[in-house]
Amino acid sequence: MSISSQILLIGIGNEYRGDDSIGLHVIRALKERELPDTLLIESSGGGAELIEMLSSVRIAILIDAVSSGGKPGAIYRFDALKQTIPAQLSFQSTHVFGVAEAIELARVLGRLPPSLILFAIEGENFSICVGLSSKASEAVQKVVERVSCEVQDFLKELRTEFPQEDEISRNGLII
Amino acid sequence: MKNKTIKVDYLARVEGEGALYIKIKNNKVSDVKLKIIEPPRFFEAFLRGRMYTEAPDITARICGICPVAYQMSTVHAIEQAFGVTVEGQLRELRRLLYCGEWIESHVLHIYMLHAPDFLGYPDAMHMAQDYPDVVKRGLQMKKAGNAIVALLGGREVHPINVRVGGFYKAPSKQELGQLAEKLKWGRDAALETVLWTAQLPFPDFEQDYEFVALRHPTEYPFNEGRLISNKGLDIAIQDYENHFIEEHVAHSNALHSMLKERGAYFVGPLARYNLNFDKLSPLAQEAAKNVGLDSICKNPFRSIIVRSIEVLYAFDEALRIVEGYELPEQPAVRFQPQAGIGSACTEAPRGILYHRYKLSGEGLIMDAKIVPPTSQNQKTIENDLLNYVEQAILLPEDQLTWQCEQAIRNYDPCISCATHFLTLHIERE
Repeated sequence: MSISSQILLIGIGNEYRGDDSIGLHVIRALKERELPDTLLIESSGGGAELIEMLSSVRIAILIDAVSSGGKPGAIYRFDALKQTIPAQLSFQSTHVFGVAEAIELARVLGRLPPSLILFAIEGENFSICVGLSSKASEAVQKVVERVSCEVQDFLKELRTEFPQEDEISRNGLII
Repeated sequence: MKNKTIKVDYLARVEGEGALYIKIKNNKVSDVKLKIIEPPRFFEAFLRGRMYTEAPDITARICGICPVAYQMSTVHAIEQAFGVTVEGQLRELRRLLYCGEWIESHVLHIYMLHAPDFLGYPDAMHMAQDYPDVVKRGLQMKKAGNAIVALLGGREVHPINVRVGGFYKAPSKQELGQLAEKLKWGRDAALETVLWTAQLPFPDFEQDYEFVALRHPTEYPFNEGRLISNKGLDIAIQDYENHFIEEHVAHSNALHSMLKERGAYFVGPLARYNLNFDKLSPLAQEAAKNVGLDSICKNPFRSIIVRSIEVLYAFDEALRIVEGYELPEQPAVRFQPQAGIGSACTEAPRGILYHRYKLSGEGLIMDAKIVPPTSQNQKTIENDLLNYVEQAILLPEDQLTWQCEQAIRNYDPCISCATHFLTLHIERE
């Protein structure tokens, strides 16, 4: 991981399980935005790897599909530092030691990053196939916009917290 | 209450998706159905018409836990069809890659999925509240396995560096040498893991299983060997389909794999250990003896100790390979595709994984068959439930349900890769 990347975006999913691949599609669309200081990762959602990745960054945003009986395409946003991830949300992970478990285990072990946001998107079709349902595709666009905005906000915060060189001299913090 | 039904629609801490149904009548088990929902005959269909070069990367996606196993069975089967032999350091690198996957998969199962059962916790998160250092050790060990897979596979998940004939790129001696410190730490941690798992409380439950595993004349098996059992099976892999059959069962989409002659059989760490104890490294053999584990273990609950012995072996073997490594002249052997049928079994973390491919002279895949370890164990798991539940039948229902789930978890079933489906939905771009 690049040391300059302070923000980590992880899209989680299985390419071959229809809407389960939502997180991967979000990451692919976000790559085109060329967000600064941001590392984008496509992940299959193995919990141990997630804990490892989360413990090495300041800000992480996870994007994953869920099946909670809600309206297909619905988008849920959780601030994992402020709330536990609801157990009734069934993350469509092929691995039962998955996203929700990883976040809660990282919390117990004191390995959550200072900021962790989870976007969960209600999928419709999790059968074995390649490609998204129309509802999921629409949700991908919305999540991409939302995540881009949040990354920009985080970048502003980071600049305030750790001013860039030109800003530093402008503010007169360092001679 | 003498009649009851145990129904678990969602099996926690089992990789993938599955359901269990047990019917008890007059304190006797009258029916056990382990239902498996998920499928990949999809991949067998997906492979048809593709070039052999694509196969290792496609099959690696069948399972997020054991992509290396899928790649290894794929390349060995295709190499058999093409008449290719991979030897020397390239063969060693394949063993090393497999060590990485065994470590990753076994450590995950030992620490995150199986240990909570024995200590009475609903999951690893609750266990971590009381045993944070133990859980941290598990995560750190898994990371060492990841480091092997990331280096040789090109990345940690879904490795992409494996090809028919060898690798796309072989690591330098220096790159491989950098693993040594992590592996030494991992070997020590694995020894502690053996001690830690051995003191867990185990139910007294032994069965007369037929264990099936690879057997190689000089090494603990990963990629090659004959297929043997403790009940007289001793065949070349090419005879696999003459001895094993896949059967449809009404209650599950999954196919049950059986020995034609004798029915249910048992694959995985326990089978490998029982049939190959003499091929473990001296360190691993000694560790087993130190904790009182005989060279034959027929209690599936003790598989957690056997997995920890295999983790120790994998670290030990990985160190041996790293220390003796010299950069091969070529990252892969040269060959020409040729028409034919090739098959291979390799030892996935959960047991033998059989692949067969029919290839055209240009290297197009005409047909593919994949039999994952969990579908081979499924009948044995059902038999265990039948026999185990009867012993524990008077327990309160929640405890009985828990013990049934535990009995299933003994096999570390990877249900996501075990099954086959009947209706295909394929969208091609």
